[in-house]
Amino acid sequence: MTQAKHVPGAGSSAALASERARKEMLRDARIERRGGPRPRIGADALCEALLLQGSTSIWGYPGGVILPLYDVLVDHPGLRHILVRHEQAAAHAADGYARASGKVGVCLGTSGPGATNLVTGIGTSMLDSVPVVAITGNVPGVLLGKDAFQEIDITGITLPMTKHNYLVRSADEIPHVIAEAFHIARSGRPGPVHVDITKDALMGETSAPHPTQSEVEAGLPGYRPKMDGNARQIKLLADAIAAAKRPLILAGHGVLIAQGERELLELARQAQIPIAWTLLGIGVVDEADPLAYGYMGMHGWKHVNRAIQSSDLLIGIGMRYDDRVTGNVRTFAPSAKIVHIDIDPAEIGKNVVADIPIVGDAKRVLEALLPMTERVDPAARATYFTELATWRKESESSAWHGSGGWRDGVLSADFVVERIAAGSGYDANLTADVGQNQMWVARYGGFKRANSHLSSGGLGTMGFALPAAMGAAIGTPEKTSWAIAGDGGFQMTLQELATIVQERIPVKIALMDNKKLGMIRQWQEIVYAGNYHSEQLAGPDYLKLCEAYGLPAWKVAKPEEVDAAVAAALAVDGPALIWFEIAERQNVYPMMPAGKGLSDLIDKWGDDGEDVTEGASGPRLDPTDPNAPKGGTE
Amino acid sequence: MSGAPNSAAGVTPARALPGSGDERRHLIVAIVNNRPGVLNRVASLMRARNFNIESLAVSATERSDTSRMTLTIVGDEVHVEQATKQLYKLIDVLKVQDVTDEAIVEHELALIKVRVTGKSRPEVVSIAEMHRGRVVDLSDDAVIVEIVGEPSEVDRVVELLREFGIKELVRTGSVVMSRGSGSIEEQVKR
Repeated sequence: MTQAKHVPGAGSSAALASERARKEMLRDARIERRGGPRPRIGADALCEALLLQGSTSIWGYPGGVILPLYDVLVDHPGLRHILVRHEQAAAHAADGYARASGKVGVCLGTSGPGATNLVTGIGTSMLDSVPVVAITGNVPGVLLGKDAFQEIDITGITLPMTKHNYLVRSADEIPHVIAEAFHIARSGRPGPVHVDITKDALMGETSAPHPTQSEVEAGLPGYRPKMDGNARQIKLLADAIAAAKRPLILAGHGVLIAQGERELLELARQAQIPIAWTLLGIGVVDEADPLAYGYMGMHGWKHVNRAIQSSDLLIGIGMRYDDRVTGNVRTFAPSAKIVHIDIDPAEIGKNVVADIPIVGDAKRVLEALLPMTERVDPAARATYFTELATWRKESESSAWHGSGGWRDGVLSADFVVERIAAGSGYDANLTADVGQNQMWVARYGGFKRANSHLSSGGLGTMGFALPAAMGAAIGTPEKTSWAIAGDGGFQMTLQELATIVQERIPVKIALMDNKKLGMIRQWQEIVYAGNYHSEQLAGPDYLKLCEAYGLPAWKVAKPEEVDAAVAAALAVDGPALIWFEIAERQNVYPMMPAGKGLSDLIDKWGDDGEDVTEGASGPRLDPTDPNAPKGGTE
Repeated sequence: MSGAPNSAAGVTPARALPGSGDERRHLIVAIVNNRPGVLNRVASLMRARNFNIESLAVSATERSDTSRMTLTIVGDEVHVEQATKQLYKLIDVLKVQDVTDEAIVEHELALIKVRVTGKSRPEVVSIAEMHRGRVVDLSDDAVIVEIVGEPSEVDRVVELLREFGIKELVRTGSVVMSRGSGSIEEQVKR
């Protein structure tokens, strides 16, 4: 492995200390300039409201109309503003913060482009039910609708992709709106709430008090999340469990949001039901638990999908039977009775018809279900469990490159993910990007802890890993936070390397470089008859890049170098990057082609992507070489 | 192919897709906060979720802080139920009810500008009057007929007047109210 020279730079503790001193001086000078206390303005009310909600960090980027807020930030030292390099990263960081810590994340942008840059991140939080409050400035009220400089109808844009949004035009509204926004973001089915505040509202003097939680709730007659499931329906479920021969739990994000992991495991043990999980349900149970069966869906384990297809009772909890889970609904779990427990009534009957629908909070429903559920003797499930164990053994042995070498010893991605997880004691936050890397993390991360897996599941946002991992690192400073990204997604948000260096955010980056858009290549190979296009991806010399940013970095191309590099990155007090040169043509198997069903998984394809130009002895394709074959060599 | 038991398509009947049942016209009443942008939220939701609104009437209610929307949507029970549940998720929506199968009064109002001549005018006027309509404007070569009634009654009058030549037609869309003493507005939790 090769190491880049570590360039001490802006992130050193000396630099941070001098930055702190400078801020204090500025603050003193400002108070002196004012000649006494100044009136409370909307921006103060905003900062107070954030602090009252328990926020300690804001991810943001300044701009014209939001400057009144930056003018008072120094007077609210409990709020740490973290300056990102692009607003999209602010939204992802707030999202990652919320996913890892369970608290509401806050991001901030100015009007116009600042606001539109947040949109991808807000959409990511929406699809994955992540509590985020996104705050934007807007032009003064008199200019609204006049196409003023940096004006865009941002509330019109975020309307369909937020749980709720607000346009605030007066300073007096700020305390109430912020309190409401946090309440809506974190309660019921969580989600992002966007608050757009005009510049004059930020600057206006106000004495408006902050509402109490009960005042907030009383002011929202149209918003009463249903927490408790219908007792009769829960009894029906208990009866169905008692009658089932091949029950299977499908656990999703909702269980984690409700913090119902303990109740879930109790149910599984009491009624001897194996647990499968969705992408966002990863971490709902320790994967080493005997009743933990595995990750389901399009790139899920074959044995899990087999168990679903042969089940007579599927108990979906806090998941939405989405298309990546069910495949073709018409052939999904043909003999199963479908139970659907979700806090959002609109999820029930949206994708599949549920035989036993239960609307309620996952934890509360499980709590009500447990006393009604009969204890099942494991021996009664002997045939079922033996079959499951056989399937599991089969599918796990075929897919795994435990030796670390995929084809002639070239580094395999699944092995890298497994070594990172193991090297971090299976306790780190692993934030995936999108594509093959995401599926490798989901399959091989060996998760043991709730909220330790972060992934853009619904929206599938490339560029998510690094900024979301920054958020996770700030949200759970006691845990190691890894960003595991492909070279495609990494290049979408790598500007944030400057943020983690400047703010000394200890993110460990695993760059899974196959010099390809790997999932695009895989689909073009399998679905588009090898008609490769735009999947070759040139990238910089990442060691030089890291050196330029002042980030310690290592390059690893051999399986035997992986553990040492992981240990070295973990030993750094601060951010670090490992550049893994992984196999260029490794596919994620199994794979369920779009439109197909869970029984139609592809295990391997053609020559499995083997290519003579690749291997320990052969030359690697150099995408920067103008003479390199375009669009693959098959 | 997994070889899992019971998985062979063709042996087990295919699972039903939500929304694939028999379609019919549904009447939905929504009580919403009377705030700027609420109509936009409802319209945007219906568009984004692929529900087609046949008609939509919005107006004030007895209380100044709420408005009432009456929507007609065509779809099967599951599809329409999904629409009502999605509507409920909007913070500004206080109450949603599918009143299609309830005892209700359903009316709409239409203004129909019909081309007339001295000879045809009495005929147009009598068609209007026969259907509890009235003539609200009269000029040399046109009259405006106002009809209030069930949509089918309005359809019938429009059909009868078409032969004279309709210059302009506007309909409010249905508004509904339950018969008896029940009140959707009173059911709104506050």
